[in-house]
Amino acid sequence: MSERERDDHTGTETTGHEWDGIKELDTPLPRWWLWTWYGCIAAAVVYWVLMPAWPGITGYTRGVLGQSDRAQVAQELKGLAAQRHAGESRLRAASLQQIEADPELQGYAMQVGASVFGDNCATCHGAGGAGGKGYPNLRDDVWLWGGSLDEIRHTIQVGVRSGHAQARGEKVMPSFGRDQMLSDAQVDDLTEYVVALSGRKADAAAVGRARQTFADQCTACHGPAGTGDVAQGVPNLTDQEWLYGSDRVAIRDQIWNGRNGVMPTWEARFSPETVKALAVYVHANAGGVAEPVAPAKAAAGVAAGAVGR
Amino acid sequence: MTVATSSRDGTPLDVTALYMFTGLSAFLALLATAFTHDPLFRFHGYILTGALVVAVCVMSVLIGSDRLRSDPTRYADGVIRAGVIATMFWAVAGLAAGALAASQLSWPRIFYFPELPWLNFGRLRPLHTSAVIFAFGGNALIATSFYVVQRTCRARLAGGVWPWFVLWGYQLFIVLAATGYLAGITQSREYAEPEWYVDLWLTIVWVAYLLVFLGTIWKRKEPHIYVANWFYLAFIVTIAILHLINNAAVPIGLLETKSYSAFSGVQDALVQWWYGHNAVGFFLTAGFLGMMYYFVPKRVERPVYSYRLSIVHFWSLIFIYIWAGPHHLHYTALPQWAQTLGMTFSIMLWMPSWGGMINGLMTLSGAWDKLRTDPVVRMMVVAIAFYGMSTFEGPLMSIRAVNALSHYTDWTIGHVHSGALGWVGFISFGALYCMVPWLWKKERLYSNQLVEWHFWLATTGILLYIAAMWVSGIMEGLMWREYTPQGYLANAFVETVAAKHIENVIRTVGGLMYLSGALIMAYNLWRTIRLPSAQAAPSPAELPTPALMAAE
Repeated sequence: MSERERDDHTGTETTGHEWDGIKELDTPLPRWWLWTWYGCIAAAVVYWVLMPAWPGITGYTRGVLGQSDRAQVAQELKGLAAQRHAGESRLRAASLQQIEADPELQGYAMQVGASVFGDNCATCHGAGGAGGKGYPNLRDDVWLWGGSLDEIRHTIQVGVRSGHAQARGEKVMPSFGRDQMLSDAQVDDLTEYVVALSGRKADAAAVGRARQTFADQCTACHGPAGTGDVAQGVPNLTDQEWLYGSDRVAIRDQIWNGRNGVMPTWEARFSPETVKALAVYVHANAGGVAEPVAPAKAAAGVAAGAVGR
Repeated sequence: MTVATSSRDGTPLDVTALYMFTGLSAFLALLATAFTHDPLFRFHGYILTGALVVAVCVMSVLIGSDRLRSDPTRYADGVIRAGVIATMFWAVAGLAAGALAASQLSWPRIFYFPELPWLNFGRLRPLHTSAVIFAFGGNALIATSFYVVQRTCRARLAGGVWPWFVLWGYQLFIVLAATGYLAGITQSREYAEPEWYVDLWLTIVWVAYLLVFLGTIWKRKEPHIYVANWFYLAFIVTIAILHLINNAAVPIGLLETKSYSAFSGVQDALVQWWYGHNAVGFFLTAGFLGMMYYFVPKRVERPVYSYRLSIVHFWSLIFIYIWAGPHHLHYTALPQWAQTLGMTFSIMLWMPSWGGMINGLMTLSGAWDKLRTDPVVRMMVVAIAFYGMSTFEGPLMSIRAVNALSHYTDWTIGHVHSGALGWVGFISFGALYCMVPWLWKKERLYSNQLVEWHFWLATTGILLYIAAMWVSGIMEGLMWREYTPQGYLANAFVETVAAKHIENVIRTVGGLMYLSGALIMAYNLWRTIRLPSAQAAPSPAELPTPALMAAE
């Protein structure tokens, strides 16, 4: 070992080692560093005494504060329930129509609905409810499953092809092309027919050829005129609203593949009051079908104009 | 590890061993590719087979012309030069992937490619993180560790030609991992996404790396092991353990990509974050501290500030770091006592981390003027400053009450980037700026002015990045926890996303500035390499001290 030399600048001794020209000073540990570290260790020990910390064979040290995350979550949820209680009981007591007829209660329901919609429904239906390809637009007046308050509530509750026992959507759109129920040419002709149904220009010869196919395959659900059936969730083919797109490629694709949309059931996730609020929100915010105001029960003087649309 | 040449004339034993290993691997890869029914596995099989066949061909040519013989009187620098180039290449690739991912977050309508699923954000993000951490960071660590261990041990790398296997094997691992992410092959474990067969390949490479490193230390000509080598060794050993345990998995078939983890539920989460946090601790901290402990004193030509501090902070760092992982799982299904331990050990880790910062900064004592005159020194000093900042921020964020706000927000992203861009990036850039003239025998860098440009562009970029992430992180954390007077959440998730659009754009700008700095650096290094050499032919007595040419 070489003897220790002293560094000129700092006046500190080196350790006497050298690697590729690098030496090391034998500076003592900085006091502030050491004491801050001791402080951190002391803080950790204090925390261990206070809080759940060290595991043993059968359990763990609970800490003298007796704090528990689980207990705290339960308490906070209780607090939240208490905060929501007054509003929820008013929602529970009123019918959907009454809620809508009472501007103050409707305003409350709208606030609840907006919050719940934003974190749950917007994922598919869009932040504003305008939907997208395959996800119905909730802002227009076309309703696949009915646009009255009660129908909306029911759809939210049970969902569509959701696995719920009462789920909507027992009728499904077959995959006419993929399952080889119709030939390529037949699907092409049918596409023209559907285009013609919505009042657009279509190839007259193809429409003529498809007339019989439509009568055989489609009218059972969509009706002879193609106007659909809201009770069964069967789309109206004569309007300008298209769930999967309005151009020929999209229409042909839907006939060929027959996609059937799914919406979850929200019964297990939301309280009945929350579902109510959501129904009011969707109905009012998004052009629901006008409701007859519940006559007798509603408080006198309710503006008859406070209906959906 | 056998280093000795078998005879003066025959092919050296290490070369024969590697040749046979490569040939056998190529054969096995070919069989696996031929017999698999999994198209993704076959895709990787083609890459693996192709790479190994090329390796066999190249080795055949080199053995034929007897160019694989190691000269024990010289340092093995060729592999380091290749490592430096790989480091720079992956730096640019990883940063570019990050800039693209950031653009996707800023302008999701423009940078959304539904017809190109491999450019989906969900695949680009692990590509970016792995490219930066493992490809850029890993190559920087391999290259510098090979450089440092030889100089501080005064011994040529052990293993003859095997260091080349470590380097090229590691590149193959990177290519398999990266193409796997893009093709959708993933274990879905953060920073451990590659599937089981890629993990096995990395294990082989890593064991070779460990043996090369240990073998070099074993035959050192210095009585003591330098502190940088402690850190490098801790990094190599711990990463091996972390990698093996976290990737314990059962493949669904030997010719299939998919596997299932040996752990499940909250144990799985805890193992993953024990791994994930110590990947930060031992890959991104310990390894780069090793880099700092050599290149900072070497560049400023001052002794390391405190030997005692280096001992105390080394042992305390590696002892305490390994406990801190549970702080990634605050307020989850993980038992509260485990969260407590994760948090308190993170707090106790603060000073051990800062020991490295003090030793790095105070080594400049007596040479502070170099901050003004040498942009490379400035870069390394700023790296140490960012190291200090992020190792303070880490314990702060591990406190449960703070974590309740910061967790899952952009604050975490900002924290990671102050460590990755500031510390890991800058200390590696500093080391590369030092090493390139030394390795290619040049008197200086091509341009110090370009280093200045790199420094200021990148520093401004980091500051923009982390400031934007602090703002957006705290904002979204507060928005998530806000309730309406009725007791319902005030903000929909998508509103919190929309609210941080500006911060996302600033982040993208910051990232692009950092990327531009790296491009300037790549140009500068390339021009440096092409400068006329300082000396004519390198003298054979490259090992500095005489009487070291022992026949090994």
